[in-house]
Amino acid sequence: MSFNSILNYENSKKKVGYVTRNEATQNTYDSIGFMSGLEVHQQLLTDQKLFCHCPAGIYNKSDDYDAELIRHMRPTLSELGEYDGTALMEFRTRKEIIYRINNENACTYEVDDTPPFPINMDALEKALEISLLSKLNVVGEVHITRKQYLDGSIPTGFQRTAILGVEGELELPNKKIRLIQLSIEEDSCREISDIGHVRLYKTDRLGMPLIETVTYPDFVNPDEVKEGCDYIRFLNRSTGKVRTGMGAGRQDVNVSCRGGNRVEIKGVAHTKWIPELTHNEAFRQWALLQIKDLLLTRIHNPANWKVNHVSIKNLTKDIPNISDKENVIAINLPQFEGALSYFTQPGQMFADELSTRLKVIACIEKPNMTHSEDISSDIDDKLFSKIKDILNSNKGDAQVVLWGNEEDMKTAIETIEERCKLALEGVPEETRKSFEDGTTIFERVLPGADRMYPDTDSAPIPLEDKYIETLRKRIPQDVIDNYKQLKKWDIPEETYTYIFSKNLFPLIERIINELGVQPSYVGTFIGHEVKFATGHYIGPENFTFERVYSLFKYLSKENIKHELAERMLPDMILHPKMDFDSILTSINFKRYSKEEILSKIPLLFDKFAEGKKEISLPKQKNWVMGNLRKIAMGNINLTELSKEI
Amino acid sequence: MDNDIFQGYKGDALELLKKYKVRVWGTVVVDTTRGTFEGTVLPRAENDDDKHIVVKIITGYNIGIDTRTITSMKETGYKKANYKIPEKEFPTTPGLPYVKLFGTGGTIASRLDYRTGAVIPAFSPGELYGAVPELADICNLDTEKIFAVFSENMGPKQYMALAVAIGKEIEKGIDGIVIGHGTDTLHHTGAALTFMCQNLPVPVVLVGSQRSSDRPSSDAALNLMHAMKAAGQSDIAEVMVCMFGPTSDEYGLLHKGTRVRKMHSSYRSTFRTIGDTPLARINRKEILPIKKSYNKRRNDKDVKILPYFSDKVTMLYYYPGMAADTLDALVEKGYKGIIFVGTGLGHVNKELYPAIERAQAKGVHMYMTLQTLWGYVHMFVYDTGRDMMAKGIIPAGNMLPEVAWVKLSWILGQTEDPEEVKKMMLTPINDEITTREPYNGYLVYQGGVPEVEDFIKDVHK
Repeated sequence: MSFNSILNYENSKKKVGYVTRNEATQNTYDSIGFMSGLEVHQQLLTDQKLFCHCPAGIYNKSDDYDAELIRHMRPTLSELGEYDGTALMEFRTRKEIIYRINNENACTYEVDDTPPFPINMDALEKALEISLLSKLNVVGEVHITRKQYLDGSIPTGFQRTAILGVEGELELPNKKIRLIQLSIEEDSCREISDIGHVRLYKTDRLGMPLIETVTYPDFVNPDEVKEGCDYIRFLNRSTGKVRTGMGAGRQDVNVSCRGGNRVEIKGVAHTKWIPELTHNEAFRQWALLQIKDLLLTRIHNPANWKVNHVSIKNLTKDIPNISDKENVIAINLPQFEGALSYFTQPGQMFADELSTRLKVIACIEKPNMTHSEDISSDIDDKLFSKIKDILNSNKGDAQVVLWGNEEDMKTAIETIEERCKLALEGVPEETRKSFEDGTTIFERVLPGADRMYPDTDSAPIPLEDKYIETLRKRIPQDVIDNYKQLKKWDIPEETYTYIFSKNLFPLIERIINELGVQPSYVGTFIGHEVKFATGHYIGPENFTFERVYSLFKYLSKENIKHELAERMLPDMILHPKMDFDSILTSINFKRYSKEEILSKIPLLFDKFAEGKKEISLPKQKNWVMGNLRKIAMGNINLTELSKEI
Repeated sequence: MDNDIFQGYKGDALELLKKYKVRVWGTVVVDTTRGTFEGTVLPRAENDDDKHIVVKIITGYNIGIDTRTITSMKETGYKKANYKIPEKEFPTTPGLPYVKLFGTGGTIASRLDYRTGAVIPAFSPGELYGAVPELADICNLDTEKIFAVFSENMGPKQYMALAVAIGKEIEKGIDGIVIGHGTDTLHHTGAALTFMCQNLPVPVVLVGSQRSSDRPSSDAALNLMHAMKAAGQSDIAEVMVCMFGPTSDEYGLLHKGTRVRKMHSSYRSTFRTIGDTPLARINRKEILPIKKSYNKRRNDKDVKILPYFSDKVTMLYYYPGMAADTLDALVEKGYKGIIFVGTGLGHVNKELYPAIERAQAKGVHMYMTLQTLWGYVHMFVYDTGRDMMAKGIIPAGNMLPEVAWVKLSWILGQTEDPEEVKKMMLTPINDEITTREPYNGYLVYQGGVPEVEDFIKDVHK
């Protein structure tokens, strides 16, 4: 290969200044101007969906359906008379969208054959409570708006959504986050597959009530984004009125670097993935800006930059993996040498941006192309020289070879040219799909405000002051106040994530206030013992945390020391229906008076000393403690016992 | 002038806008007891209350602000929306048929109307081409807006005006006619035009959409493409309704104007041929005939335009225990024709007999149709039926109730001679009465039955 792609990739990675997250400091992020904001989605816990009376939260397997139907999406004008950018791109892909319907969880509303019923007031109320908790300015009248989605994830082609509040603020331990808005919306379909021109969805989740909390881009490093996201999720959960479990909470993360553009990483299911994803995205944008600078030193008139292409079907007849394609096209990219193999993310180079767009926009499944800087190309150097001749390539040009069905070739060539032209401008605004390893790929062009349209099927819903005040009385204490209270109680900080994510603060508060159990003990018991035991022992049904309250109540009533709770916990999980008396029997608990236990100490001291020449006092004490621990637990405070020894 | 600046606002909201000198489309900062809101003031729907001001915030969403919470407002700029479907000149392609599109309103091409919050038609060849460019591959298009009314406001005047307009276009040598129409009364218009435009040499296709074209999943574009293709390229020279076959974006059906009926309030596949099969299936590539015989396209211009309509015909939907005075009232008000919609094979109860006799004595033309929609009126089977015939009620075969109403109105607009009226009523013009009902003319599948469930799962609904 005349051009050393591997060397170019490594050199460009150095030039970008890419470091792993462990190596990065706040200075690293400041130097590339890291900026991030969040859109946190949270399903509400309601019996029914948002705009129809189907049950919410009933899911089905992909092949369990009663009927299928097909829709195509066409872009329409926004209220302000503009076509949306994404809308037009999606339309170019000519997708056939198939919906699978299961009668149990979807009706004619989901597939847009019945207009919406009035909004689910239970959902609206829960969302308003969270809006108040988020200190948002609550609107005077709720206007249902249609937000266009042409990917087919909603059969109407738009999502019904409404703003409940704007301009809120959340207080984190070390920082305040400003909120742009909170909306209530219907959840979308779940994608089953997307191959070529056919995309398959199921409609079970479609229409379930969801809220979206949007923050300003105030986060300045990846860990802060995660912290903010956790906080918003804890706040939502603190109401006890949201769904939990897989898929009930998802977030879109907006990232940019200095000079870059807003890129939205969609549908991140776990907050623990956020740091790696945002870190890599900021560097990807930094790399794209360098690619732009590199290209602009060679291309002086970007507006006139264009590709030329030719079919090389007859030249690739003998190449495995390519020979069976309907058409193979070679495209010349003037002055792009070095750009294609430029580092963008770990394991990805600029050419990957092209390949993913081919898949999404031109509907050509991967592998769909190779190029002159491909590290493991199906096409050898000799053939590339030939291709360069046919294309009349000049020195410094790069070439892409793509393949697929004839009908997709026009869009494919346009897509390559379009993306390369965007490289001359810097970072394109887009949404990206995330992977667990922290990398992302192109998903679609970022939609703008132009895709909003008032929902002519729904009347506005007034929110009177009186109603808002009634709701305000119901909302729980702020998470930040709970945080401060836990600190005051001396409960160790490492237990907080568990406590907030399971919304256990109210339980802890009750156990402390009503049963008088020592605060730091309750906190560690729940944050460590319960967390460990519920993960370790699998009972016949889900563990109900309320049992912990009953346990401490029982121990207090029976005058048993609270430490015995640790020993009782496994049986409580394994046998949720067993009463506490029986658990005591099952763990062989026997009651001893303090005197009885203490009276054994001298004997044990002697036992330990038996036959030993030299006696270490601490060892001796530990040994005695160990022997007494089992019978002491529950009968006498262990710290007290240790003192006595 | 007020109306333009404060579009749709009234009462308290209007006073407030005036007080703070804020216009619709003005960008504003609004201070309220619930915090500060910023955005662009939008027009308000006429029927909404006067306690809220609608604002589009920067993220594109609309919100309402309660006037009672507003402490101050300031207009900081002005940005009027320019709502316009991108208009491109509809190209003329030699070799393609010439189709005329008549606009009557409805949702086939529409845009937002703030006055009502509903959608109003936007329509010109240029706009249509901007929205559905595929049309240019099907035909050459000329459009004319005859009136802009919602489907429920279509009536006799409009039927007659349409018939005359169709006659003129045929005279000019058009290859096919498409009529954009709201869907609610599409089948009434289908019947009316069948009777008023006889011996058609070209197709006349009525089309609408069940989902307005302001939504991405609208059926409007595909229906329009199908209708244009049917009008320009099919050889079926009849009045037809062209709407979705299944609810999926797969194919359309061409129904005879006299046998079609809207059967669901909101489904896309709402139009069904009753008591027979549709004329044909249509997709973007081809027209697939279902019926073997139909009126073929011709090169002449020998259409008969018969724009007549009497407004003295009514319908009486029978229910058990209906009192005689309901019928008496109609007769006393001067109705000359009554279409009964009876139960079962065509029955009403005996309590109505005296009123029927009084109506007969006044020379009222009475015809019997069926609530069952499917099947024939059989008044010979039971005594009640024979009684009623003796009292002057004439069975209308398997004519659909709405079609019978249209037809009797059309006839009474021409003659009141009982024998002549009866002869015209019972002589079908285009299958409004058929001589036989094919076995597949009645199909209402029952969900839940295993074989039906299998079928539904296998084919795209």
